[in-house]
Amino acid sequence: MDSLAEILAPYQGRQRDALLPVLWDMQTAFGHIGPDAVRQISHTLHVPEADIYGVISFYSLFSAAPTTETVIRVCTDPVCGLAGADEVVHRLCHRLNIQHDETTSDGKYAVSHTTCLGLCDHAPAALISQRGHEEIAVAPVSPESDLLELQITPPYQSIVRGDILLRGVDGRHVESLTDYGNYRALHHAITTLGPEGVIGEVEKSGLIGRGGAAFPTASKWKMTRQAAGQPKYVVCNADESEPGTFKDRVLMEARPHLILEGVALCAFAIGATKAYLFVRGEYPESTWRLQRAIDEATHAGLLGENIFGSDFSLDIEIRRGGGAYICGEETALFEAIEGDRGFPRIKPPYPTTHGLFQRPTVVNNVETLSTIPGIVEHGGDWFKQWGTEKSTGPKLVSVSGHVHRPGVYEIIPGMTLRQLLEDFCGGVVGNLQTVLMGGAAGTFLTPDQLEVRLTFEDLRAIRSTFGSGAIMVFNETADLPDILRRLGRFFKHESCGKCFPCQLGTQRQMEILERAAAPLAGDRERLHDIGLTMTESSLCGLGQTAASAVLSALEKWPDLFAVKGQPV
Amino acid sequence: MSDTVTLTIDDHEITVPAGTTVLEAAAQLGVEVPVICYHDATTSNGLCRVCVVDVNNGRLLQAACVTACANGSKVETRNERVERSRRTILEMLNSAVDLQHAPAIQTLMSDYDADPARFPDAERREHALLDDNPFYVRDYSQCVLCWRCVQVCAEDAQYTFALTFDGRGFDTHIATAFDIPMPESPCVFCGQCVGVCPTGALKPKIQWGMEQGLTPDEIRQSTRRSRHRREEAEDG
Ligand SMILES: Cc1cc2nc3c(=O)[nH]c(=O)nc-3n(C[C@H](O)[C@H](O)[C@H](O)COP(=O)(O)O)c2cc1C
Ligand code: SF4
Ligand code: SF4
Ligand code: FES
Ligand code: FES
Repeated sequence: MDSLAEILAPYQGRQRDALLPVLWDMQTAFGHIGPDAVRQISHTLHVPEADIYGVISFYSLFSAAPTTETVIRVCTDPVCGLAGADEVVHRLCHRLNIQHDETTSDGKYAVSHTTCLGLCDHAPAALISQRGHEEIAVAPVSPESDLLELQITPPYQSIVRGDILLRGVDGRHVESLTDYGNYRALHHAITTLGPEGVIGEVEKSGLIGRGGAAFPTASKWKMTRQAAGQPKYVVCNADESEPGTFKDRVLMEARPHLILEGVALCAFAIGATKAYLFVRGEYPESTWRLQRAIDEATHAGLLGENIFGSDFSLDIEIRRGGGAYICGEETALFEAIEGDRGFPRIKPPYPTTHGLFQRPTVVNNVETLSTIPGIVEHGGDWFKQWGTEKSTGPKLVSVSGHVHRPGVYEIIPGMTLRQLLEDFCGGVVGNLQTVLMGGAAGTFLTPDQLEVRLTFEDLRAIRSTFGSGAIMVFNETADLPDILRRLGRFFKHESCGKCFPCQLGTQRQMEILERAAAPLAGDRERLHDIGLTMTESSLCGLGQTAASAVLSALEKWPDLFAVKGQPV
Repeated sequence: MSDTVTLTIDDHEITVPAGTTVLEAAAQLGVEVPVICYHDATTSNGLCRVCVVDVNNGRLLQAACVTACANGSKVETRNERVERSRRTILEMLNSAVDLQHAPAIQTLMSDYDADPARFPDAERREHALLDDNPFYVRDYSQCVLCWRCVQVCAEDAQYTFALTFDGRGFDTHIATAFDIPMPESPCVFCGQCVGVCPTGALKPKIQWGMEQGLTPDEIRQSTRRSRHRREEAEDG
């Protein structure tokens, strides 16, 4: 095992923004980050000890107290819940002779739960942290799976379908640089188009961001390019933690060079020489495949100094998240990279002028950036040949739950939800009860809404959303209150706690959802008031959508939370 | 960009320097917007959201303490939506935190018809009283998480960095690193945190002792004992 001093040696002279990587190194080596470690980190990076402690306590994958050699975290979010996650936890604890959240007497194992691991297409999923090793994600785990025998990791293979962004993707293999080609779009941009030309093509393409907020990509880039202040940054948001979402994972595992070229094109367009890929800590496979691709491309002269002999240089650095859904929110993500608790900032000012390190910054989703090489190489019109006027280009969706072929699908906006489920996903298993559209922060749709066309505008018209592109399908055997309970727990677990409506509302909402089987008089009204208060008054997008699914459920199923014998 | 902006607040037109917050502009008109986390001496972080107002009937309400006045906007400081948010926030806060020593929040509760029993069977944030130094006691069961103490201990005033946040979401609480007693932390006992605390969470030891019905002598005794503990901690 490395000593504290050995781990800290490469960080001498660094500052607070190195905190997250140091904490990861310590957590991996020792299984926790104790007082000695914190004191020495404090000396090295010049960060107060209390602040470091506060950061450790914010992130789910870090621990200030000693942990067991192995920690097994089973996902208990809706799709895994449906697939028997509770039974997995139960059997595992039984075998180890412990209770949930307890530790075996030999100090070797602990079992706990986690939020969505982005392996919903192989539900139920688990994440295994073993002292001295990288995290391992395993899926599916059945109650019989031997999670204690770590040598045999069952390699998951996602079902994928698509010919544009997902060209050549089989759900298991990674595309090498040779197969991908020598960043032709970047060459074209540097030698011919120039930065304005690149932004022009992105504008022509009508590209709308794929991260959930549905913001036009070109205007973000333009504002950042025009903003005063240097240096500028590109941040690729690979924190994908919205329950039911795994399309970015599939892209990162399969086509890392496509993403890197997209990042490079964005940097070239806005005038940045430094980019960060913020990858959630629960995606070890994505992390190392991206790192290997960065090394490959740098070695080939496609990244690094003077790319293609021009004066454009770009350094791309990966940051692993510490386990916090909120860090997908762009300003919380900046705080995380800067070495702080992932508290969202008040907007305005916006990232385009005051982003990472208070500098002009473009944050884009993994999928958004993956569309850029095609747009730059073939032109904005090429992208616009697909989809509708307002929802251009191919779009990825993650489909999970009760369909025959859960997976990642490249759809052409305009196809209906029914076509997606029947033609692509092999149909619904059993009789459809409901579809949770857009993720935990999305809305429930009922079988009579299957004809909705999958576009930003059509979904908005029925007060639903693409969100992160998550589509969770539930048949009649799924217990709606159980789904709601799991959603409630998710938001309570992930609220950062900064603003009162969400910090208190996610807790109170969860408590009411927990007692759905035997509601108290007035629970519908309580949920309604909590929901609208969080939606209208929370500081950031998490709280603003933490009641979205619940409010849509109250509207769709008037009997929910009705007390027997009382009018609803 | 011109140096002033003109807007209406509850049907009163007002012109203010650009950058003025809605809270400040409303105050100039004599319109009172309720606040909990806001304090003149600390950076506003827009946490409590009881100051939310309706701007242009937008989808989201805006926190008046951190929202700059915009030209031509129409602000309503108290309508149905605003009242629901304020009332629900107060009801939820009261269901989680011991507010008996927070008279200003109590007044808001009655102003907004907040029902103190709105959330039955609700988990409260209970914490044991911390009496680890001669100067003040900490009772985080009364803490509303306004952040003021952390802020004055850090960049807003003192640059001491003794305090931080532990945990996340509803389970967040103010703490020292690894929950060490105050005397072992960098705390210099400047008392700024106690001065800005809006509830009974941070209290001078004397005041706390009197409330407990202790005589001044008894309080001195107990203070001496903690001082002694502190010296031991420093020696050790
Ligand atoms: C709670 C929360 C979580 C988010 N998580 C993600 C995420 O995991 N990935 C992502 O790309 N965007 C996420 N977003 C949206 C980002 O804030 C941001 O809008 C997005 O990364 C911008 O990229 P785009 O313009 O390419 O969509 C999240 C937003 C919120 C409020
Ligand atoms: S809405 Fe929730 S996640 Fe966002 S700042 Fe408020 S407490 Fe934090
Ligand atoms: S202890 Fe007092 S000042 Fe500090 S956060 Fe709590 S209520 Fe605010
Ligand atoms: S991995 Fe369990 S719900 Fe996504
Ligand atoms: S006073 Fe404005 S958010 Fe607290």
